[in-house]
Amino acid sequence: MLEIKNLHVKLEDEDKQILKGLDLKVEAGKVHAIMGPNGSGKSTLSYVLSGRDGYEVTEGSAELLGEDILELEPEERAAAGMFLAFQYPVEIPGVGNMTFLRTAVNAQRKARGEEELSASDFLKEVRAKAKTLKIDADMLKRPVNVGFSGGEKKRNEILQMAMLEPKLCILDETDSGLDVDAMKLVADGVNALRDEGRGFLVITHYQRLLDHIKPDVVHILADGRIVKTGGPELALEVENNGYAGILAEVDA
Amino acid sequence: MALPEAKQTATEARLAALTLPEGGCLAAARHAALSRVQTMGLPGRRDEYWKYTRPDTLVQADVPEAAVFETGEPPMFNDFDRLKVVFVDGVFDAEASDDLSLEGITIERLADAEKKDIHWAKDLYGVLEARGQTPVQRPLAALNSAFATDGVVIHVTGKPSKPINLIYRHADTGSDAILHHVIRVDAGAEATILENGPAAARFNKCMEIDVADTGSLHLVRAQGRDHERRAATHLFARLGKESVFKSFTLTVNGVLTRNEAVIELTGDDAVAHIAGACVGDGDFHHDDTVFITHDALNCESRQVFKKVLRNGATGVFQGKILVKEGAQKTDGYQISQSLLLDDDSQFLAKPELEIYADDVACSHGSTSGAIDEEGLFYLRSRGVPKAEAIDLMTLAFLAEAVEEIEDGDVADAIIARLQGWLARRH
Ligand SMILES: Nc1ncnc2c1ncn2[C@@H]1O[C@H](COP(=O)(O)OP(=O)(O)O)[C@@H](O)[C@H]1O
Ligand SMILES: [Mg+2]
Repeated sequence: MLEIKNLHVKLEDEDKQILKGLDLKVEAGKVHAIMGPNGSGKSTLSYVLSGRDGYEVTEGSAELLGEDILELEPEERAAAGMFLAFQYPVEIPGVGNMTFLRTAVNAQRKARGEEELSASDFLKEVRAKAKTLKIDADMLKRPVNVGFSGGEKKRNEILQMAMLEPKLCILDETDSGLDVDAMKLVADGVNALRDEGRGFLVITHYQRLLDHIKPDVVHILADGRIVKTGGPELALEVENNGYAGILAEVDA
Repeated sequence: MALPEAKQTATEARLAALTLPEGGCLAAARHAALSRVQTMGLPGRRDEYWKYTRPDTLVQADVPEAAVFETGEPPMFNDFDRLKVVFVDGVFDAEASDDLSLEGITIERLADAEKKDIHWAKDLYGVLEARGQTPVQRPLAALNSAFATDGVVIHVTGKPSKPINLIYRHADTGSDAILHHVIRVDAGAEATILENGPAAARFNKCMEIDVADTGSLHLVRAQGRDHERRAATHLFARLGKESVFKSFTLTVNGVLTRNEAVIELTGDDAVAHIAGACVGDGDFHHDDTVFITHDALNCESRQVFKKVLRNGATGVFQGKILVKEGAQKTDGYQISQSLLLDDDSQFLAKPELEIYADDVACSHGSTSGAIDEEGLFYLRSRGVPKAEAIDLMTLAFLAEAVEEIEDGDVADAIIARLQGWLARRH
């Protein structure tokens, strides 16, 4: 599904290397978790994969379903099946959430040569999916993320993911700022989307989220590299002992 | 006081090219307007009020030519149920116009009203314009009152069933049109006026509006199409007690447009909203100059102006709220914003507040900025192509101004025009 090889990324405007030879492979149907200390490059990885400006890939490759994605525009990556649930979802004043969702869904369909969803089919689908995420009609009408609480923003990300039905879902600290109930909603939303044809990359600091979204593989990212890979027990180890032990062991 | 020589010469040259219509009940008003022009002189480059907009081509005796442009779009408001009043190059076209009779409103051609010995228009023609000459001079409006060759005189007595659509067609590449409309809205009466069309190669238009107590008038205009056309328009409105006046202007294309609005709130609890959205590309210069005077209790005024500029286009906003002594409980709001789609475009703004009452709430803000990159990436990451994402954000930027239009169908028609303009630039 996703195959990253020896990825080196630096900031475009600064002489600062952030990813330093990252290898990662996510198979369809699997949930991979990435954990790592603050500043290790987790968000950078998610941004580089989704095509944000400001980063320069100096070495390595990233393929989604066998296609090199690093040269694609962000919208082309989205149409190819990439989705990033942002750590900090962006507010877009004046653009209604519903308009935004419909535009996005239909733009992707168009890019893939599929027929656009009719207004009524779209509405039906949005309403049903919003309901399970406890997103009310008012939130759908309001401008994208404007005045949303932290939890509302994160649920809105999951709604977009549910509507867009991507192939690879990257969740960047979707659990941060959520209380237990909101986290449960978000996790249920993600679990509902788990299926054989879809891969997940769940970036998180805490084991907490992984209690709800059970990962198949856990990676530790430190200083721009995957330094350790293991099963769900690795997340528990981090939870109990922090990163220090693992990092010391890796350094040794 | 004598005028500076350059101004004197320019004014004389312009006046020499014009003929003052003689006779009729407006003769005195026209003569008085002429002497105002002669005293003030026409705008020059050195005038403070014309600091951001060069008046030369609006003033010069020769008309700069303007090609007639075909957008391929049907004319604005084409599919609306409306009463059409058509002018071609500034001349009323009876054939193309509808029958002017409609219940609740009386519409006459200015020339016909003028011919009468007694006409109510005499109490208004040039009167609001003359009041609007202080504290800031507006010589092009006085020139208009003196030399207007056509226009309509509208008396709103009830609630006409459909809007009046003043349509300004442009056919002659060298036309120089001077139109003057006078509108009186009676107590409790209510009407909507729609205006559209490029009008002429050069267009000088003046509209004087008197809204009586509890009357209300909605004005929506779409200035556009012919890119090379030039226009200087003035709107003078006087609002009585509990009256409402709302105006929205859409401007697309046009090398030079200066829209002045001079509003006086003279009766308590009156409401005036003046809004504008403009989109400009290349050698486009658009100037909104607004002066709102609060001279009564508990009145509300809103100025909402949004400009989208690209490829070196220029936007200007000069907006003032003057709250006179005793105009307590004034609620004044003013916002002017530009969205610069590239580094070559510029927005020049001069927002002003002058307040002589102590119990008022007035706010103003002016901003200029580019498309928000974070928002753009967010939209693109969801699969929205870049150009479409920019359009979406651009329309969102303009929305606050467009929302000032009360009629949903009219607002939709305006949005469709904006979308067309954006789409043509992909
Ligand atoms: N656009 C940027 N400008 C400056 N520094 C950046 C930028 N993006 C990332 N960084 C830096 O790169 C490092 C990795 O950041 P990030 O990917 O956000 O880490 P994480 O998500 O793992 O906390 C940090 O030191 C951060 O400050
Ligand atoms: Mg991060």
